[in-house]
Amino acid sequence: MTALLEVRDLQVAFTRRREPDTVAVDGVSFDVAPGQVVGLVGESGCGKSVTSLAIMRLLPARGVRVSGSVRMDGTDLLTLSGSEMRARRGRDLSMVFQDPLSSLNPVIPIGLQVTEVLRRHRGMAGDKARQAAAELLERVGIPDPRRRLDSYPHQLSGGMRQRALIAIALACQPRLLIADEPTTALDVTIQAQILGLLSELVRETGAALIMITHDLGVVAGLCEAVNVLYGGRIVERAQRHRLFATPRHPYTHGLLRSIPRLDAPPGEELEAIRGSVVDNLPWAHACAFAPRCPRAIETCTEVTPVAETSGGRLLRCHNPVPANAE
Amino acid sequence: MTVTWAQRRKARLDDLSAGRSLTSEAFRRLRREPAAIAGAVIVGLFVVVAALAPLIAPHGAAETFPQLQENLRPGAIPGPQDGFPLGSDQLGRDFFSRVILAAQQTLLVGVLATLIGLVVGIVIGTVAGAFGGWVDTLLMRITDVLLAIPSLLLAISVAALAASPSQTTVIIAVAIVGVPIFARLLRGSMLAQRESDHVVAATSLGVKRSAVVLRHMLPNAIGPVIVQATLTLATSILDAAALSFLGLGDADPARAEWGLMLAQAQTYLDVRPALAFYPAAAIIVVALGFTLLGESLREAIDPKGRR
Ligand SMILES: Nc1ncnc2c1ncn2[C@@H]1O[C@H](COP(=O)(O)OP(=O)(O)OP(=O)(O)O)[C@@H](O)[C@H]1O
Ligand code: SF4
Ligand SMILES: [Mg+2]
Repeated sequence: MTALLEVRDLQVAFTRRREPDTVAVDGVSFDVAPGQVVGLVGESGCGKSVTSLAIMRLLPARGVRVSGSVRMDGTDLLTLSGSEMRARRGRDLSMVFQDPLSSLNPVIPIGLQVTEVLRRHRGMAGDKARQAAAELLERVGIPDPRRRLDSYPHQLSGGMRQRALIAIALACQPRLLIADEPTTALDVTIQAQILGLLSELVRETGAALIMITHDLGVVAGLCEAVNVLYGGRIVERAQRHRLFATPRHPYTHGLLRSIPRLDAPPGEELEAIRGSVVDNLPWAHACAFAPRCPRAIETCTEVTPVAETSGGRLLRCHNPVPANAE
Repeated sequence: MTVTWAQRRKARLDDLSAGRSLTSEAFRRLRREPAAIAGAVIVGLFVVVAALAPLIAPHGAAETFPQLQENLRPGAIPGPQDGFPLGSDQLGRDFFSRVILAAQQTLLVGVLATLIGLVVGIVIGTVAGAFGGWVDTLLMRITDVLLAIPSLLLAISVAALAASPSQTTVIIAVAIVGVPIFARLLRGSMLAQRESDHVVAATSLGVKRSAVVLRHMLPNAIGPVIVQATLTLATSILDAAALSFLGLGDADPARAEWGLMLAQAQTYLDVRPALAFYPAAAIIVVALGFTLLGESLREAIDPKGRR
């Protein structure tokens, strides 16, 4: 199957005068097939949001250097003109953000924020757009959608707001949706509902979904393929069930061991990954994870591990967890 | 990370459960503020008096009265008497009527000057804040220069450039003083908006640039500018009065204007100080009213006092 989105060697660096560049995303490559749900997982600061913003071309023009390519239907989004990109955003690909309150315009009623996209990309207007907006709100499970069209964001609950944002993002039936931690700001009970809604909607509309999260639990219920990101690079990629069954990268292994499990024997302690992302080594002549890695060997602080692919999996590690461990 | 999210969520839920929006919250704070109440009362009274001035004033501004003129002589101006609550002015006109009618002039000049300054400032601030780059740099350099000149000096210079002083030149001169203040303020909050989540979200939906600027940035950025306009009304009134005082205003004797009245009263300070006192007091009280209201508005909208 040909890919809908091909991200190749994406690199994003923040440049500041008289200071060395901060490389936030360092040679990330992955594919998304039409209708596929792909996870992008990693802890805070590993470059998940920057990756998604780079794909959407939403990073500020100044102080940021982006290289590599992001091909959608064969067209490199990074080389499109500003207006060509604006015509695609919201129509071909769109995004749901982390904080539903701050992502909605506080001074405009919800309905106008939905019809705005319909007008822009579908040429709808007036009652027709309003009708379509009400249907969209209804579809994402907002009760009494006609009345809600006139509500302001602060009059909705957090979960309702995120539903509204999803309705807006999917209003023009884009073929790719990027969801950047769409449930982090929500209560636990609401989180499950929103995730359920998202997976239902992408299945129904045939949209592909890039699910960005630091929570492997979210990935478990949703994604087909999972990319594990560490320090701006993909360190492991596999089909979800294989990743969960046999994590090969020590970081992935640690992530999985730190998820609470209901079937764990009582008394077994959760393992936390030592250290934090600030302990990172640069990737230049080492593995960035080495200071925190329980399996680190001498080579790890001398040679950069390269990404190796075998059997549909990608792995970037000198001393991976044996495949038959656990 | 989780803690901050939880806290933010909680704060938001608290706000929501109390059932108030940001605006109603601001008004609630305002109602408890004595300075705000005093300011609102003064401004309210002033606006009512100014609007109804022709009905309140018993006589016209240019109307002279023989019974007053009879008693006008060097060293004596008739004081309060039947039908003339504040007595005569130096030309035998009803001083009370003139003080009242001048309120209308002041309101007109102050509001027009502030409005013009506001509109021009909003245009400049929007362009600078929305586009950034060299346009922003150029516009902000110009406003910096204008801001570096004391406001009254700037107004005087502009007014002095006019061939013949008139009400229009006063309005334009005073408006120009306000422009850089509004432009800078708006540009700052536009820049903040540019990075805000909902603007990035609107951009992520392919909303056109003009719509992002006008629908998503400007309405959210303009609050502080509107508050500033209340404060600028006070300085506009003071500046306009000062220009008239200095003879750079409307010289039409038929019009009453506090600044001009004050200037003319100087000659008669030892004869009848009331001629200077009432216009001066009116200017000060009205300017104070707008300042009190503006300052409390600013605090109510942003209790942390960001500027
Ligand atoms: N504007 C910026 N200027 C400089 N560095 C930045 C900027 N934005 C992000 N970074 C850097 O890029 C790195 C990746 O940030 P990013 O926001 O993508 O992390 P994330 O994986 O989304 O984390 P989180 O889970 O906290 O959202 C961070 O370590 C940060 O230092
Ligand atoms: S390369 Fe070495 S340090 Fe890095 S994850 Fe593998 S074993 Fe650990
Ligand atoms: Mg993020």
